[in-house]
Amino acid sequence: MSSNVGGDAAALTEDAPGSRVRDGGGVQAPPPSRPRRRGIGWAQRLEIAALSGPAILMFLSFVIFPVLMAAYYGFYRWKGFGVPTNFVNLDNYKTILQDGPFLEALWHNALIVVLSLVIQGPIAIVLALLLNQGIRGQSIIRVLIFVPFVIAEVIAGTGWSLMLQTNGAVNGVLRSIGLGWLTEDWLANPKLALWTLMMILTWKYIGFAVILFLAGMQNIPEELSEAAAVDGASYWQTQRRITLPLLGPTIRIWAFLSIIGALQLFDLVYIIWGQYVASTAGTSTMATYMVTEGRNAGNYGYGNAVAVVLFLISLLIALLYQRFVLRRDTEGALTEGR
Amino acid sequence: MTRSTPARRRARRNRRWGSPIVYLAALLLIGLMLGPVLYIILGGFRTNSQITVDPAGLPNPWEFGNYTGVLASDTFWRQVANSTIAAVATTVGVVVLGVMASYVLARYRFRGRGAMYALFAAGLMFPITVAITPLYILVKNLGLVNTLPGVILPQIAFGLPTTVIILVPFLQAIPKEIEEAAAIDRCSRLGFFWRMALPLSVPGLITTGILAFIGSWNSYLLPLFILNNQDTFTLPLGVQAFASEYSVDTAKVLAFTSLSMIPALVFFSVFQRRIVGGLTGALKG
Repeated sequence: MSSNVGGDAAALTEDAPGSRVRDGGGVQAPPPSRPRRRGIGWAQRLEIAALSGPAILMFLSFVIFPVLMAAYYGFYRWKGFGVPTNFVNLDNYKTILQDGPFLEALWHNALIVVLSLVIQGPIAIVLALLLNQGIRGQSIIRVLIFVPFVIAEVIAGTGWSLMLQTNGAVNGVLRSIGLGWLTEDWLANPKLALWTLMMILTWKYIGFAVILFLAGMQNIPEELSEAAAVDGASYWQTQRRITLPLLGPTIRIWAFLSIIGALQLFDLVYIIWGQYVASTAGTSTMATYMVTEGRNAGNYGYGNAVAVVLFLISLLIALLYQRFVLRRDTEGALTEGR
Repeated sequence: MTRSTPARRRARRNRRWGSPIVYLAALLLIGLMLGPVLYIILGGFRTNSQITVDPAGLPNPWEFGNYTGVLASDTFWRQVANSTIAAVATTVGVVVLGVMASYVLARYRFRGRGAMYALFAAGLMFPITVAITPLYILVKNLGLVNTLPGVILPQIAFGLPTTVIILVPFLQAIPKEIEEAAAIDRCSRLGFFWRMALPLSVPGLITTGILAFIGSWNSYLLPLFILNNQDTFTLPLGVQAFASEYSVDTAKVLAFTSLSMIPALVFFSVFQRRIVGGLTGALKG
């Protein structure tokens, strides 16, 4: 559609800056005396700029630039109109780190990160093992357990919040199967709400974990388990000694995605609990705090500072995880593109 | 993804039925996973008094008024149109920009290529949440608040990392020999891109396209910030507005909700193999 237009425009405007970026930030173009490296001519440079320019431009302006601007706005007390002038240095950050509701939200995020791993991981591995036995209808089952993952958060949230009302379907089912004593106020009871959230998160995202694990398992050569069977290994021994270790890389990548997702959790909490109930029910997250205290309160400087804190925490955890857990799996994969 | 050899496929077909416990567990699992979805769909066929009397019951008798009422409302169709425009534009943008950049990353050798790949890969780690507040200000300064482009442009940008990560291996897998043969036939690199690489990577393009479409169709946070005017609402915002406006009319809310999930479900069920394959392929690099 707009590819030609965008491509041409980028070719014209992006050529000079594009080549500078490609030579590695800030480094000047190679001196003319040097022999051409790997025969990259100007035509090829132009192609590279024209093809990748639009995507890079788009990515820089709508992903990287906003993040940088958040760092700038975060130093101001600012209502979102005009140029920020009321420079407050680190005041926003001091307020954030001393604000009870933020620390609570941070604690909830930490719980959600850990509980997601501890609950979803084992369940998903068991389900994947179960489905990996080559039973009939496996592909149908695979599709059906993936359905909650594909449904919009708004729809899942609306459905669950209706079902979990005190007079809703969940309590109705419990009463009708004789478990009436288990009925609860699932959403508002602060002792329970976080567990309700974990239940909904498990329902929504377990399909993704199962699909990943199944794909990982089906990549393990069958010869290995056949050899183990010849050596007299039982089913469980085979799974424990062969399947699980070889599934390691898949599990570690899933855990990474799960951690990042849990740190940034927003949609479901905000839809089901809303900005006010979330904090009283004990399900608020850093992201709902950011939206409540930032945009909804009109304090854009403060909201941006919260975004920076959220970003730094995510980045720190991502880097630590990459460094200590993912390192051997992704040797070069993320940086080299192979 | 579908690399299983004929021999292996035959082996799988010959397998036994397995133990009944496995099937029982699978059935239970499906029930748990689909229960809430069925509750939403069936709830739309009930009346509010039916829902109040027996919250978990089946429609008895079936009530079609909720669905026909929603289908007859202008609001619903306007939101369907907005969601469709946003999703289609996002998909086209993500796929077109993504495949161009991926082609460069996959088939050109140049300095800074690793850095460029790392840039997109890093974007994968940061969903839209961390950037939403400044992004809103940026969109506001561009004068795009309450317009669909204000949602579409950031969505394209945030969709690029996944697209690039999925498409680069696809394009790299095209054998060098084909490119050399094309070069002998006087086909330029751009000609090769257009005539060979694009057609050969159609499965990857479909995967990334579907992911972008579903992502846009379901997206909530960005529209929540950008779209404040009812006329520009996409379906997720519409569902929420509808749910609070008709909070006493549960049945109608359920009908609205289930109608708004149909497109994503249809897309997914038609293309599920590609989506699952694409996702898992991407993670394996």
